[in-house]
Amino acid sequence: MASTDISLHKDVHHDHDAHDEHDHHDQHFIFKYIFSQDHKVIAKQFLITGIIWAFIGGALSSIFRLQLGWPQATMEWLEPVLGKWIEGGKLSPDFYLGLVTMHGTIMVFFVLTAGLSGTFSNFLIPLQIGARDMASGFLNMLSYWFFFLSSIVLFFSMFLETGPASAGWTIYPPLSALPQAMPGSGAGMTMWIVAMALFIVSQLLGGINYITTIINLRTKGMSMTKLPLTIWAFLLTAILGVLSFPVLLSAVLLLIFDRSFGTSFYLSEIYVAGEALANVGGSPILFQHLFWFLGHPEVYIVILPGFGIVSEIIATNARKPIFGYRAMIGSLLGISLLSFVVWAHHMFVSGMNPFLGSVFMFLTLIIAVPSAVKVFNWIATLWRGNIVFTVPMLFSIGFVSLFISGGLTGIILGNSALDIQVHNTYFVVAHFHLVMGSSAFFGMFAGVYHWYPKMFGRMMDEKLGYVHFWLTFIGVYMVFMPMHYVGIAGFPRRYYSWTSFDLFSSFANINMYISLAAIIAWLAQFIFLFNFVYSMFRGRKATANPWRSNTLEWTTPVNPGHGNWPGPIPAVYRWPYDYSKPGAEDDFIPQNVPFSQTQSSNLPHDKE
Amino acid sequence: MNATIGQQQTSSGVHPLKFVLWLMIISIIMMFAAFTSAYIVRKEEGNWLDFDLPDSLLINTGLLVLSSVFMQMAYFSARKDNIKQLKAYLVLTLVLGTAFLIGQWEAWGTLVDRKIFFGGVDANPSGSFLYVLTGVHGFHLITGLIFILIVLISSFQFKIHSKKLLRIELCTIYWHFLGGLWVYLYLFLTLNH
Repeated sequence: MASTDISLHKDVHHDHDAHDEHDHHDQHFIFKYIFSQDHKVIAKQFLITGIIWAFIGGALSSIFRLQLGWPQATMEWLEPVLGKWIEGGKLSPDFYLGLVTMHGTIMVFFVLTAGLSGTFSNFLIPLQIGARDMASGFLNMLSYWFFFLSSIVLFFSMFLETGPASAGWTIYPPLSALPQAMPGSGAGMTMWIVAMALFIVSQLLGGINYITTIINLRTKGMSMTKLPLTIWAFLLTAILGVLSFPVLLSAVLLLIFDRSFGTSFYLSEIYVAGEALANVGGSPILFQHLFWFLGHPEVYIVILPGFGIVSEIIATNARKPIFGYRAMIGSLLGISLLSFVVWAHHMFVSGMNPFLGSVFMFLTLIIAVPSAVKVFNWIATLWRGNIVFTVPMLFSIGFVSLFISGGLTGIILGNSALDIQVHNTYFVVAHFHLVMGSSAFFGMFAGVYHWYPKMFGRMMDEKLGYVHFWLTFIGVYMVFMPMHYVGIAGFPRRYYSWTSFDLFSSFANINMYISLAAIIAWLAQFIFLFNFVYSMFRGRKATANPWRSNTLEWTTPVNPGHGNWPGPIPAVYRWPYDYSKPGAEDDFIPQNVPFSQTQSSNLPHDKE
Repeated sequence: MNATIGQQQTSSGVHPLKFVLWLMIISIIMMFAAFTSAYIVRKEEGNWLDFDLPDSLLINTGLLVLSSVFMQMAYFSARKDNIKQLKAYLVLTLVLGTAFLIGQWEAWGTLVDRKIFFGGVDANPSGSFLYVLTGVHGFHLITGLIFILIVLISSFQFKIHSKKLLRIELCTIYWHFLGGLWVYLYLFLTLNH
């Protein structure tokens, strides 16, 4: 054992000597900021790309909300932007479908997967576990650039003459498998698939790196049960990604063969555009199984980083140890495990065997247990804490609120019988926008406000932050609460127009209200954008530990350089949640403070 | 500064790159798990054309297993600093791996002769699946051959010896995995026909 250790040691050393000569001394601009291998720069690249995508995704939703809210209005004023997609003053129905598809794809994958995990896993993993950088800086760089390429492809697909992919973000065949099915199923769908393949490569490279770093590069003393909950969340997110994204790749590969090579994996006995197709023997349900095997873990890939970020911020700002640290880890594990055995609850009405539906219903409802454990622990952490209402804290509390509101409707939707009424209605839209969409966004905002001082060395403006929070928080509830009512009434999602159904004409006002709220909430995000950019240059200078927090990233200099710590990496002696420990001088004891220095507050079991 | 950038030791005792390789292997396993479970689900739904597998697949399996044995021998030679043998075994592995690929290509030819097509009017998913499984495995095998080639080149540059085993160790793991994956696929196809 000893001899292998020595050779390993030499190897790592050698690699880094070469790497440094090339990379460290007076880096050229291109290597420092563009093709950087430093995890902090890559994190910022992910963040800024994610923010750009979020605004595009929000803009798309605002356009289709205009159509839904004011179906009789003319949209000629949008012609300079949308060009021929405005036909005679009206939004083209084909483009409407493209809009909802792109909104979903962008938000789920490009913002809340790449933008969220990409940013915070990259930024926080090495800083919080006490590592110089990721296990492989090169793979990490590749991960970003695959994401960038994927972004370019998806972005350009929106400018195709036939429009972007329009089969919904779930791209169910046959709509997605037959180029002649609708305009968006042609080149737009092809580019969607190419973009997604590149995206999967990016996620796998990133995820593999995150897992390897967390398992292998923890500093001395940083056992798995001393890890901040953020790191646990990122670890499980990455594991879910590594296990589920390859399945999507398989599904998409078969879809490509169906589209371009005449196979019949998903296609069977179809009559389209006056022509009977030769395909026999395929099964569209097969695609749904494969897709949702990724698709369901994917929603946890979106929300788990939020869990981690919020746990950390709530404990810091309530000045209390997180309630039930082990239960938090246990529930993260439970949710991750369950996320792989519930996929068919997306398919209750697809013609699946009803018995299978009951099994999946049972498994789905079990997820309520670990979710409730988490919510209980967050509230118990807040209970009688010395709460500091910083902007990230407000967003974290907002996250808990949204997660509860959205989670409750999950219990209804998880019932295969109730799902017959509410499937594919705005009830579903309201549910997942609250529980994973808005919640994950709130987690992301909380993270940005909280770690901004470590990213840019300056604080974001608090007053603007409060305005941003309240407008967003109220806006989100104003948008999604009414949607539940519309959904229970049976209002179907993804419909361009509903004016031809008398049943729905009484919902005209409520739809207008939702649209108005959605657009206000989207506009409120420009306050954040301004704050984000302005504070980078003019923000108040940050101190090394502005939130008086315990985790290791706050022991680095205000602007950590390449390698994170100028001296040796600090060792870790305690868990990250020693806030307001009785007998301690301060109301926080950072992880790198040994017990020998805190005699007054040590508990009987606090030994090194 | 140079000294401090390098991480001194890993918390799991495994070299990070080896860990990365195992995770990649897991993601490849997930891809094939998806394909083979899709195969079973689809087969259960009926309208499934039954046909005999080309006999040459068995010969190919033999070739690949043999190449795995040679890969292991190459690794042992490297550990004993027997560079000459190392090169010989690596070349043998490379040749057998390439022979396997050619054999798979020939098997596709046999299938086409028997009117089992990948796509088109006469194709049945049972045939299409066979092409997909062998094709995607073949693609990964090509990446494995490139890896072996890289190791072979570094062995000519005396960069592989008993004190520097990481590269050939990774290559051996990957190659055994690709061999094992094929044996699994072959058994799966034989049992599900």
